[in-house]
Amino acid sequence: MEMLTVKNLGISFGGLRAVDSFNITIEKGELYGLIGPNGAGKTTVFNLLTGVYKPDAGIITLDGKNITGLSTIEINKSGIARTFQNIRLFKALSVLDNVKIGLHNEYRYSTLAGVLRLPSYIKKEKQMNEKAMDILKVFDLDKEAHLLSSNLPYGKQRKLEIARALATNPKLLLLDEPAAGMNPSETEELMKTITLIRKKYDVTILLIEHDMKLVAGICEKIFVLNFGMELANGLPGDVLNNPEVIKAYLGE
Amino acid sequence: MTRLKALNKSTRNNIIVLGIILVIYVICRILMAAGAMSNLMQGLLVPLCYYSILAISLNLTVGILGELSLGHAGFMCIGAFMGAFFTKCTENSISNVFIRYGIAMLLGAVCAALFGGLIGVVVLRLRGDYLAIVTLAFGEIVKNIINALYVGIDNKGLHISLQDAAALKLAEGGEVIVNGAKGITGTSRDTTFTVAILMLILVYFIIVNLINSRSGRAIMAIRDNRIAAESVGIDITRFKLLAFTISAAMAGIAGVLYSHNISSLVATPKNFGYNMSIMILVFVVLGGVGNIRGSIVAAVILTLLPEYLRFLADYRMLIYAVVLIVMMIFNWNPACIAWRKNHPIKGVLQSVIKKKEGSASGKEGGKAS
Repeated sequence: MEMLTVKNLGISFGGLRAVDSFNITIEKGELYGLIGPNGAGKTTVFNLLTGVYKPDAGIITLDGKNITGLSTIEINKSGIARTFQNIRLFKALSVLDNVKIGLHNEYRYSTLAGVLRLPSYIKKEKQMNEKAMDILKVFDLDKEAHLLSSNLPYGKQRKLEIARALATNPKLLLLDEPAAGMNPSETEELMKTITLIRKKYDVTILLIEHDMKLVAGICEKIFVLNFGMELANGLPGDVLNNPEVIKAYLGE
Repeated sequence: MTRLKALNKSTRNNIIVLGIILVIYVICRILMAAGAMSNLMQGLLVPLCYYSILAISLNLTVGILGELSLGHAGFMCIGAFMGAFFTKCTENSISNVFIRYGIAMLLGAVCAALFGGLIGVVVLRLRGDYLAIVTLAFGEIVKNIINALYVGIDNKGLHISLQDAAALKLAEGGEVIVNGAKGITGTSRDTTFTVAILMLILVYFIIVNLINSRSGRAIMAIRDNRIAAESVGIDITRFKLLAFTISAAMAGIAGVLYSHNISSLVATPKNFGYNMSIMILVFVVLGGVGNIRGSIVAAVILTLLPEYLRFLADYRMLIYAVVLIVMMIFNWNPACIAWRKNHPIKGVLQSVIKKKEGSASGKEGGKAS
């Protein structure tokens, strides 16, 4: 079953065609890698998929529903969550609160119920705490739940961002360089975590990554972007040995 | 004590703060009954409450929402005039003070919220310093319009004019209520210390409970990282507007308290002008941006200080300025923060208690420490 279908997606910034006729089909449950040299337009693709930029061409379909041109908020509600290349946590809030903010749309009660501490507040807060702690446990962050998120070490901040994105209960998770700045053992751990959450939360993943060990290790399919255009697309073994891809990365 | 520990953290803090406020209230009452409180201090009790309300409500905008507002006195002004206007109109028709004052309070809060909402809808969509600029202008505009506003009432209903009292063309027996730059005179002084404390507690709980709820977390998420907040599905404009409107409404309540604590209400630069807005901002900054309890403490200290420095005559404001600077350094200087961490108040208290216990055999030996 197709989870995400993108047809002919494109956007220009002034005279620069940042992404041009981008086509991808991601099956449900797949782990797809999006790679390419710096400036290829990978993050722009993410921004298009999540509604940060409005595409000037193309159609994006998520689970049979056309989501092209929707706002970031609506797209998140439709089932796409993401992390960021430069970590964007809610720094002044605790680790637990960061995840609880991810649960914002799943557990609802009115502002008045919150201010007056009505039974619905107490009930929903309890459920939220339990759910958030469950998610934190998966990421091995439950012991740090009450720390300030900015006080976490770098690797754990990256994990917390994934946890927060997962809390919005997405069908499709977009990870923007999840292993950036991590040391080999942290990367190793991250790969395990990604494999685990795929099983546990039944989520489809599209990730951008420069660490080829990670990409080759866990991705089932790889898409290579170069100057905003498709360079190669297919199984890791084929794509990473493609002479065009090697040329784009290393030069001639 | 164990039962207190079992409650969640915010509920526990709420109970502790409630306890502290009530203890202070009872102490003040006892001092007043015993005649041990000076007239000056008695006159300051109500202002302390409404300044505290102003400080915590502005802290909601500045500290929790992360937007700068320079027109908080404007919302207070709207609340003050709306409340006083209602009281003046209904002084004869509603004889029950509680009902009349209650409605005046509600009306003042709702009107201030309405203006807060109007400004918010337009400005909060933008990013950057727009809110500061617009609220700064708003505060001044409100003050100046009220100075030129004439409202009268007679048996035909309300008459409004921006010219002068004669232009109202009141029928015989009609009464001018808002008299331009002379404001509203002869309002009944319904605000008591008890009412003011109750309102302070109410506002404190509204704001603290808001912060610790789903909406409060959404507001803080927007402050910390707007893009990330959007990416997890938080409606930015809605929650910004919510915080700003509530903040304005609470300032309106402070205004009603203010207007019912004086006999003639006039909008001057001193009470509703730019300086007042800045002073409230000073309370917030010195009490700690985002620290609601700190706002109350700062408001109390900085209101009492100039009064108790009066004996210094001409040097009064000089010393006041020095105290402000010292407080700022103590709050924010890294060295001071490190020192405070090594000498926490809890620890100091504990060591004092231990000394007391240790020297319990010696007569009052511990008290000196």
